[in-house]
Amino acid sequence: MPALVLLSRRSPRRESRNFQAVPRWIFLLAAVGALFIVLPLLGMVAKVDWAHFIPLVTSEASVAALLLSLKTALASTTLCIIFGVPLALLLARTRFTGQGIVRALVLLPLVVPPVVGGLALLYTFGREGLIGSSLQLLGIDIAFSTTAVVMAQAFVALPFLVLSLEGSLRTAGQHYEAVAATLGARPSTVLRRITLPLVLPGLISGSVLAFARSLGEFGATLTFAGSLQGVTRTLPLEIYLQRESDPDAAVALSFLLIAVALVVVVLAYRSPRAPRQATP
Amino acid sequence: MKLSLASLAALASCLLLGATLASCSSAGDTASASQESSAAGSAVPELSGTLTVFAAASLKSTFTELATAFETAHPQVKVSLNFDGSATLVTQITQGAPADVFASADTATMAKLSEAKLAAGTPVDFASNVLTLVVPPSNPANIASFADAAKTGTKLVICAPKVPCGAAAQSDATAAGLSLQPVSEELSVTSVLGKVTSGEADAGLVYVTDARAAQDKVTTIPLGLASPTVNEYLIAAVSNSAHADLAAAFIALVTAPEGQKVLQDAGFGAP
Amino acid sequence: MTLDLSLTLAARHLELHLSLGPTETLAIMGPNGAGKSTILQVLAGLVKPDAGHATLGDRLLFRMGHHGRWLPPHERGIGLLAQQPLLFPHLTVVDNVAFGPRSTGASKAAANASAHEWLREVAAEDFAARKPAELSGGQAQRVALARALATDPELLLLDEPMAALDVNSAPFLRSLLKRVLATRRAIIVTHDILDALMLADRVIVIEDGRIVEDGPTATVLTHPRSAFAASLAGLNVLSGTLNAESVITSDGVTVTGRPAGDWGPAQGEMAGLAAFPPSSVSVFLTPPQGSPRNAFPVRVEALEPQGGHIRVRAGLLAADVSPAAIAELGIVPGSEVFFVVKAAEVLLYPAG
Repeated sequence: MPALVLLSRRSPRRESRNFQAVPRWIFLLAAVGALFIVLPLLGMVAKVDWAHFIPLVTSEASVAALLLSLKTALASTTLCIIFGVPLALLLARTRFTGQGIVRALVLLPLVVPPVVGGLALLYTFGREGLIGSSLQLLGIDIAFSTTAVVMAQAFVALPFLVLSLEGSLRTAGQHYEAVAATLGARPSTVLRRITLPLVLPGLISGSVLAFARSLGEFGATLTFAGSLQGVTRTLPLEIYLQRESDPDAAVALSFLLIAVALVVVVLAYRSPRAPRQATP
Repeated sequence: MKLSLASLAALASCLLLGATLASCSSAGDTASASQESSAAGSAVPELSGTLTVFAAASLKSTFTELATAFETAHPQVKVSLNFDGSATLVTQITQGAPADVFASADTATMAKLSEAKLAAGTPVDFASNVLTLVVPPSNPANIASFADAAKTGTKLVICAPKVPCGAAAQSDATAAGLSLQPVSEELSVTSVLGKVTSGEADAGLVYVTDARAAQDKVTTIPLGLASPTVNEYLIAAVSNSAHADLAAAFIALVTAPEGQKVLQDAGFGAP
Repeated sequence: MTLDLSLTLAARHLELHLSLGPTETLAIMGPNGAGKSTILQVLAGLVKPDAGHATLGDRLLFRMGHHGRWLPPHERGIGLLAQQPLLFPHLTVVDNVAFGPRSTGASKAAANASAHEWLREVAAEDFAARKPAELSGGQAQRVALARALATDPELLLLDEPMAALDVNSAPFLRSLLKRVLATRRAIIVTHDILDALMLADRVIVIEDGRIVEDGPTATVLTHPRSAFAASLAGLNVLSGTLNAESVITSDGVTVTGRPAGDWGPAQGEMAGLAAFPPSSVSVFLTPPQGSPRNAFPVRVEALEPQGGHIRVRAGLLAADVSPAAIAELGIVPGSEVFFVVKAAEVLLYPAG
């Protein structure tokens, strides 16, 4: 009874596997897509000179670049949270004329080449820029400073946070906020105790994306901030520079950058998706 | 014109297989036309084909001009140019990029090509370049000399020591007995120039060719050194090139008086 | 200390006025989309009407227009319990209940004490430390009630609070509500006649954005003047011209019955209604002989099992018969049958 044998052999598998409405060929394309990302990483890892890896990444220039990158990415992520959360709230929770234009403009850095962003910052906050010339009179000099690096990073990273958080806010809806208001909570209390805890996963993933984007920022920094060890030369700039003279060091630093980014992303996404416990 | 199904199919297979199959010439007018152009090379002693030149970024305007001249002299030739930092280009060539000619902005980078056994013959020295000080036309820091630019508080921008223009800046400073305190060490000479033309920096050290190309966007202040650091520009054919004849002809043009005039007009020094 | 509301909202075709005494509970009923929930949202401060005003005691909740005022939700002192419990998922049960008192300035200790008290009140103290995700629907709704009551609202709004509960959880919450609403002013939107009967002192029925019935619950249900109220009460209602012992419909059908209440037949002919429950209707394949019976020829539209019997629907009328009778008579949708009801089962009363 071949049919029976077949059935009995199949049935446990059918039970253990829930129905999935995914055609088989999707798996193939998805695998190609994943490989397209993974293979170049492997190619680079294969190129790492492991014997000299530690000296390469612990050289004075490398350490200075890594520390500067972490410091500036952290600062720019903080800026993104401070200004991105209100932006996302206004975009998701209110309606005003020109909202579509505001959203498009906020998301613009996503599609504009970073170099263009750097030029825009330069002609705004630069020494002879729109605002920069006034700041200059106040004794504030942004050019060639770490502040400029943070600004360049925040410029390109802000849309990631706004986009991610706006999505979370829309998904969360306003029901809980309305209930909280009828319980006597003023808007600031609702924001602090209900809205933000509910969208915390979205806020975290948005912040992680912003941090990762800041960490990798190159074009806008190069154009707007310059490149000086310990001041403005972040890890990507150091990699680009090392590539000119010492490709081994460039590969080692690239691996370090990927490792740092990977650790940040994995740590952040390991947290449960469900809203976390927030004890008042 | 109505195409039959058969000729459409033949045309399609030609497009798929490329113009390498002789049988394609019978398929239709379109296919045979493209076939003739590539077949012409062997029939007439005239040079033909596509020549790919990888050249240092500072050679962009001069080599573009020379490529046009080369194409005019050899109507069957098309020159494809790729400009970037010398180190980037040599990495691309060693990774298999299809270059026929490589022109480097310094000797060290050309040495890498020779080490990789990819330089055909001895590279030829065809031009030289020296650094100069440039300031924005408004000259906000009132700089009149190299020494002024080295003063504390001056926003001086130079190339990073690891790139050729940065190494030259350091040795020029040493020659002048100055200690430079740059606010930024850029990754390329173009970035240095950009910081000066945008008014961000008070002064920058760039090649005289860059300063000349920037025209009135900068004011040039000679370094005034007795023996400035000279960057030699070298050119070589790539050994695995399929167009050795074209490569040799192009290098000949660059080193000939005609090519030298173009280079010197742009501010390059003699080799 | 009365609630006084008057509102117009064009988008929902709403235009109504209502007032409510200090400890009165009002049930709002009506077909879906009639705007019942919108009234609650306007009162809670979540939706703005086009025009109107509302006062709660001596406080102005809102007044639309040029010199308008709009009290935000958190300053209204109006609690809201919706169909879904909407417990804050990131807070424990006790923190959910303490949220209101905390937000209105109570100390943490006082808010906690009050939260525990209210949880005890709704028999949910055992779940105090749990997260909302660990509660059943009924438990969660009880906690939501405790949370709404913990702010001691001057007006409690209940928007179909039992609609999402299973049949086992609803009775407990209903009796709980009966206890807490006895001394409170509340408005409950409901589809369930039982809620209105048990919880409300008064019921209004809204149709097409207008109040079509307003009166003590028992009166509205026993003497419905609108098709909706009649269907709610589960009654068959035919309208027409009323005389001493019958209602003659516009189609010329005479419905005989007995007068309900003490309206005098001396008043002559007037608009009236004839009402009778589906359980009093028998189904025959041929018209039965002999009075005093009413027989209505109808075409069966639907058969719906309801408890131990089958409800036979035909146009505006319904009859409840046993499954055995359905089988015996061979009734299917489309069958031409006679609905027969004894005159003694039919109540006659004047309309509006």
